[in-house]
This record gives sequence, C-alpha cells and structure tokens, in this order.
Amino acid sequence: MTRDEALFEFLLRLGDNTLILGHRVSEWCGHAPVLEEDIALANTALDLIGQTQMWLGLAAEVEGKGRDADKLAFLRDAWDFRNLLLVEMPNGDFGQTLMRQFLFDAWHSVLLGRLMTSSDERVAAIAAKASKEVTYHLERSADTVVGLGDGTEESHARMQAALDYLWPYVGEMFRSDPVDAEMVAAGIAPDPASLREEFDGIVSRVLTEATLEIPASSFGHKGGKDGSFHTEHLGHLLSTMQWLQRAYPGCEW
Amino acid sequence: MYAQMIKTARSGVKTREEMTEQEREFQDKIDNDIKIEPRDWMPDDYRATLIRQIGQHAHSEVVGQLPEGNWITRAPTLERKAILLAKVQDEAGHGLYLYSAAETLGESRDELIRLLHEGRMKYSSIFNYPTLNWADIGAVGWLVDGAAIVNQVALQRTSYGPYSRAMIRICKEESFHARQGYHAIMKMAFGTPEQKRQAQDAVNRLWFPAIMMFGPNDSASTHSEQSMAWKIKVKSNDELRQQFVDQTVPQIEYLGLDLPDPGIKWNEERGHYDFSDPDWSEFFDVIKGNGPCNVDRMTARRKAWDDGQWVRDGLLEHARKKAARKVAAE
Repeated sequence: MTRDEALFEFLLRLGDNTLILGHRVSEWCGHAPVLEEDIALANTALDLIGQTQMWLGLAAEVEGKGRDADKLAFLRDAWDFRNLLLVEMPNGDFGQTLMRQFLFDAWHSVLLGRLMTSSDERVAAIAAKASKEVTYHLERSADTVVGLGDGTEESHARMQAALDYLWPYVGEMFRSDPVDAEMVAAGIAPDPASLREEFDGIVSRVLTEATLEIPASSFGHKGGKDGSFHTEHLGHLLSTMQWLQRAYPGCEW
Repeated sequence: MYAQMIKTARSGVKTREEMTEQEREFQDKIDNDIKIEPRDWMPDDYRATLIRQIGQHAHSEVVGQLPEGNWITRAPTLERKAILLAKVQDEAGHGLYLYSAAETLGESRDELIRLLHEGRMKYSSIFNYPTLNWADIGAVGWLVDGAAIVNQVALQRTSYGPYSRAMIRICKEESFHARQGYHAIMKMAFGTPEQKRQAQDAVNRLWFPAIMMFGPNDSASTHSEQSMAWKIKVKSNDELRQQFVDQTVPQIEYLGLDLPDPGIKWNEERGHYDFSDPDWSEFFDVIKGNGPCNVDRMTARRKAWDDGQWVRDGLLEHARKKAARKVAAE
C-alpha cells in the first residue's frame, strides 16, 4: 500500500461517514417532533453533505483516476464504502437519531481537532472548516441528549434504550489498521486509539448529566471502516441514494 | 404565498358612515399606507382574517417540506442534494417566521397546528400533488416557488407590519429557490431524451396546479373585497395569475418544452398571454380533501406530531427541572 493509496482509503472513511450520516439525517425531512428540529436536522445534514463534497473531492483527486466526488458517492457498491457501522444504523425514533448523532459528533469533533494540524495542508484546511460546524453539532446533540435523558420517565427510558442499542458500534471508532498506521507515520492523522480519552471525557460528562448509564459490555461490532462487514442497512440506503445515477447512467444533473 | 380562499371574517365592506370612529382611524392608516403593528387597535375581523391567512401560509411551508423531502434521499448529485436540503431548511424557517407573525396577533403556534391537524385549517392546494420524478423538484422550485413569489412580492405591501416584513425576507429566499429550480429543470430539458421526457412530464402535471395556486377567478372569489380594502390582499387572483403566466411561458419556450396548455397564445391586443382556465372542479376537490396526496400529507404531519410528543414533553420537563434546581441553588 503506497502512501497515496492509504490516504485515499483514509479520505473515503471521512467522506463516507459524513455522506451516510448526512443521508440518514436527511430522511427526517418534514417528520421531526417540532419545527425547530426540522430546521436543525436539515442544517446538520446539509453541513455533512458539504463536508462529503470536500472529503470525497480530495479522495478523488488523490486517487487520480478521473473519478470525482459524485462518482465515488453514487457509483460504488456497499463493500467499497468505508464508513463506520454506527452511521449506517437506522434512524429509529428521534432519540436514537440524536444519540447516534451525539456519539458520532463527540468522536468527530475530537478527530477534526487533531486533523487541523495534519501534515497534509489539504486535510488540515478541510478539517478546520468542518470543525466549526461540528463543534456546533456536538453542542446541539449533547444538549438534546441531556434534555431527553433527564426529561420524563419515558424520554429517559427511550434514550437509555438508544444508548444500549448503539453503544456496541462505538468501539470501531478507535480501532487501528494498516491504513491508520500509514497515516500516523506520515503525520497526516492521529492514531485512532489516541482519541479515546478525550471522547470518553465528553461522553461521560454528557451522559452523567443526562442521567444515562454507559452499558457495561465493551463488546464492539466492526467491519465498516474497512468495508469487510457492513450491516444489512447500508445496501438499502444505497439503493435509494444511488437510484437515479444507476437508472440513467452518464447524465448531467 | 400559499394562502388561498381565505374567508374574510365579515360579509361586505363597511362604508365610512357605517364605521365607528376607531374603525375610521384604522381605515385611514391603511389608506395612507401606514403599517398596522401588533399593539395597534384593529378590528376583530381584520385580526381573524390575518390569522387565517398567515396560519395557512405557515402550514403550507411546513407541509411543503414533504413533496420535496420525497426526493432528498434520491437527489442525483451531492450538489443537488445540498441545494434541496438548503431549500427545505429555508421553507421550515419561513414556517417559523410566519407562525411568529401569527403569534403577534395572539394566536399560538400550537393552536394553529391543532387546527390544521383537526382539518379545520388548510394549506396550499399545490402540496396535495405528488412529486413523481426528479424533474418535479426543478419544476416545484421554478413554478411553485415562482407562483409564490408573484403573490408574495405583492404581499410585501400588505398592511400588517410583521406579515409584510416576513414577506420581504421570505421573497429573497424564494427568488433564489426559483432560480435554482429553473437551473435544475434546464439540465433535464437540455439533457438526454429520457431526462427531457421527465421535464416535460413535470411541466404537464404541475402547470395547472401551479396556476390554481392563485385561487379561483375574481368573478368567483367571494372573500376578496374586504381583504383588498384592508390591504391584507393587494392584487386580485386573476391579476396575479396573469402575471405568472406572462413571465413563465417564455421560460417554458426557452427550455424547448411543449406548452402544457394548447390554449396558451400571445394576445397582441391585451399585451398578455391567453390561457385556458384550469379545471376548477379539480381545485375544489383538492380543497375538500380529495387531491392525490391530501390524506397522506396530513397523516404524515399528524404522525410526526404524535410521534414527537414524548420529545416535546421530555424537553419541557427537563427545562422545568433545570429551573427548579436553579431556584433551589439560589
């Protein structure tokens, strides 16, 4: 694996995370519990899609095979996707959506903070722009998790159920593989394991305030970031997302 | 836009002699284009009519998320997806300003939503039509937002201050949407034969529903006179419809698409395009709840509200606990 091959893989991971989560969040359009949430969810999805354009755009450039961000987004099959399993998990109820968002935002904000000092200036520049948006995402998702966790008995129970359901998808964020090792060696990105402490700090502070309990089991699913073992959910998401490009190939839109 | 068939809460316009002193002063302000502000005295019927009109407009923005949301997950490029998301976010934002404008008249958002969900308030008929292919998203931006703009530009001069200011702000965003919509359908019309077919299909299906957005013909519009006298409504339905047709026909021709109505012809003498009347029986069916999507749209909105009850309750309860803890700490 050359450095550029590893960088391409790494950029796909970043871009696929934001693409798939942006897609999931956009599924809420018009169905949120209150109008302010419709706006906030659309805004979050919009930020994530914007970040996708940057990450996948850079990935295509690094790959140098004449693909662009759209080709990467719309013309790869599930096994070529490199997103964390967490972001492809279904929306569930509003609580599950916001818990997924919070867990992702907490990790994402820590990662982007580190990437801002990447040795690759292009990576650092995208991270700096995305980081401003994600700081706000985290503030909002954390506030909502606290509000609902420390709300009524029902909202508390739903948030605990969401956390129990999603927690096994957290571990994958911190697993290292040869792609990560190459990024660390090049000074492009941090070792995933090194993000854990800061992540745990954010999560435990917020979940304590939310009166929610982190599940005892440390078991974690894996297979998203290397594409070896996605969930069944991803294929359905892609069949919706990619339908027009697949049905009418080669068009300009 | 998006207010149709607003029943003015009174029958007939009072003459000056019939007016009380207060009503005369009120009418003088309106006639002199002085805006009415929330704390000013206003006739009960003026207030009620405005609540109905602004509320319907707000509901339309909210329900209008659904036909567009129908394509967000299928948008064909990242840029199109981003544009559509930004647009839908704007629409929801318009809903917010408008509900706030209605609140200045003493009607809460929750109450308006309750009336909508009980079927006692309406939203624009246009959102009871489906979006069936991707070109519909372009056509909605171009034709539906385009029709809305024609109406709303006129409403910037409406007599109620908060409504007028909301319209000024909303118009800026709507113009942007209309341009983006036209650009999207242009790509389709100038694209492959299959894309062009989608564009034609979209224009054919949405043309008449779009011109129905202005409401019935003036001769059949029973509620207009008082609303015009109060400058809640500034131009008549037919005037606005003609303006929309005149600006839109050359745009359809530019796209190289067939005109969706064989009755469209330039009338040299009038200096306007002639066009066929829409099928008004269809319009009244849609208004009565029998449009292609009425039931699904309302079911989706009620479900969103009902499913969200625990969220609203949870956040309220948290706010209460937080306030109580703060008091206890002091």
